[in-house]
Amino acid sequence: MIFTNVILKIQMKTIDKLHNPISFIKEQIASSLLQTKTSKQEKIHPFWVMVQKETADHIRSWRFIILLTLIVLTCFGALYTSIGSLQEALSNTKDPNHAFAFLKLLTATDGTLPPYHVFIGFLGPLLGISLGFDAINSEMNNGSLVRIMAQPVHRDYLINAKFTAALITISMLFFSLSLLFVGCGILVTGLTPSPEEFLRILAFTVLSILYVSFWLNLSILFSVKFRQAATSALTSIAVWLFFTVFYQFAVNIIARALIPANGVDPMKMLGYKKLIMGLMHIVPSQLFNDATTTLLVPSVRSLGPLSYSQMYGAIPSALPLKESLLIVWPQLTGLIAATVLCFAITYYLFMRREIRA
Amino acid sequence: MEPIIKLNNLTKQYGTFKAVDALNLEIYKGEIFGLLGPNGAGKSTTIMMMLGLTEPHFGSALVCGYNATENPIEVKKRVGYLPDTLGFYDNRTGLENLLYIARLNGISEDIAIQKATELLTRVGLEKDIHKKVGTYSRGMKQRLGLADVLIKNPEIIVLDEPTLGIDPKGVRSFLKLIHQLSREEQLTVLLSSHHLHQVQQVCDRVGIFVNGKLIAEGDIPTLSKKLLDEAPYTVEIRLQENHQENLIAIQNLLKQTQDIKNVTIEQDYLSITCTKDITAYIAKTLINAGFNLVHLHKKEFGLDDIYQRYFENTDENYRQTA
Repeated sequence: MIFTNVILKIQMKTIDKLHNPISFIKEQIASSLLQTKTSKQEKIHPFWVMVQKETADHIRSWRFIILLTLIVLTCFGALYTSIGSLQEALSNTKDPNHAFAFLKLLTATDGTLPPYHVFIGFLGPLLGISLGFDAINSEMNNGSLVRIMAQPVHRDYLINAKFTAALITISMLFFSLSLLFVGCGILVTGLTPSPEEFLRILAFTVLSILYVSFWLNLSILFSVKFRQAATSALTSIAVWLFFTVFYQFAVNIIARALIPANGVDPMKMLGYKKLIMGLMHIVPSQLFNDATTTLLVPSVRSLGPLSYSQMYGAIPSALPLKESLLIVWPQLTGLIAATVLCFAITYYLFMRREIRA
Repeated sequence: MEPIIKLNNLTKQYGTFKAVDALNLEIYKGEIFGLLGPNGAGKSTTIMMMLGLTEPHFGSALVCGYNATENPIEVKKRVGYLPDTLGFYDNRTGLENLLYIARLNGISEDIAIQKATELLTRVGLEKDIHKKVGTYSRGMKQRLGLADVLIKNPEIIVLDEPTLGIDPKGVRSFLKLIHQLSREEQLTVLLSSHHLHQVQQVCDRVGIFVNGKLIAEGDIPTLSKKLLDEAPYTVEIRLQENHQENLIAIQNLLKQTQDIKNVTIEQDYLSITCTKDITAYIAKTLINAGFNLVHLHKKEFGLDDIYQRYFENTDENYRQTA
């Protein structure tokens, strides 16, 4: 009798296990916990160990927290103003972009605050500079560079890890910001983004990451070049100021000097325009602005001068995503090229460097 | 026995300045070798070349059978190096700093935690494991550094100026720890320093390094013998009376044995240099001859004297060549 009782109990237990979803989940969690324990025994490649450490350093650092707060606050400010003027923008049927509610969310403004993409164009470089300006020289002054290099790792792991870690941090930040933006948009307007809108927003996010990583690389370059972190930070900021403010002045002055005497010859005028545009387009911030506008405002169809014959018969309408991407392709390539060039110079300088302070 | 470190004609030039000049050196397994020299003598540069962190212009460094220039990773797996700047991350705890190094050496996390805790206890930092390194004193950082070089299970540890900036008591316990570790784990230790007294306590062998050249090498008695005209011992005796006029008599008395090289006297103060330790013989002879001794002191030459002599020599050489 007792024996059968015991058997019954055991049977009940197994049936319980099979039918009780909670115990099933519990066991799953327990086994997954066990698995994380075994994963601790795994060896991680030294490069990823370095990336982990650098990412943790970025996230823990005060300057990142401060910039993050700044960016989040301004972005939600921008979101607030754009929601306020959204009604107006969407009801304007003359505007070929009025169907793109979520893109409007990123670009519309009532004039009190600049829209989201302008903020990113402005604060992005600061973020990039702040993550990179003391990458190498602080390790050098601290003496930790020698100690790390005395471990069995290749020298380029360090510089690659610094770049990768900052890139991961930036990507996480921008993707979560963009998705939050979209999420807030859904909550507030009750609309859902069309696939094209969503892809455009993703493309814009990738572009922002690329733009910030250009400034990141530039500041890492200065951190290899200059011994003092302050010097490299100031130099990076000087370059940024030069390109955002003074470069346009300089181009204007050149433009005034070069203007054709009697501007009647259309070919001459075209050549002149092209030259000025070319000068303007060297600047990364200009590349970023052009590219973002094209991506977020689907009706933009060219970034260069258009002749009357090209304009003739064109209906002001939105371009499909593929066409917009084709337009920004040169800008995208230019940004990638600038980023890669900066990284290549940094890499070369770092590998040639005597590592002793 | 095959040397574990073998430097062959190692040369490093910065412009026209030769930081290390055709250095030849062999260090054997299990010994504690002291690399001595003033600042800027090229000690650190030599260590850098041994780890493959700087390329020599000429010559080679073989460490654990690997060429440090061609195969630095293999060398760095087997050599623990503590730079004079230490270079810990101040915003991380002692444990975190060690774990990072352990994981860079391919040790999995849970083994690393166990090992780091063990080592930190060993160097006496068990109470400060979770404190940030920024709050550590210099002596604590040095001990953390010792744990740091040991965590990768090295065959050789290289310590650059390990006693810099620690108080005398700390130095003694630190050096004792190094000595103990070296003997227990059969570690080869190379330490560079310009503090001669300290190094003297633990080193089996020393090399004196000046202006990029190794000018002398060996254990301390050998060095002093080689250097000080093969008369490393000086016996100083104070007599009760002034015997300046009896110098010849004393000289004749003492110079019966060949071990005595020189005898000088100044009033009641007698100074005798000899090649062997024959203090007892001298005392006996003098007393038997009827002299009254009030003070006797056997002066052994330490590294400081040796060092001093070398510098004097090289200074003179410089003056001659200049």
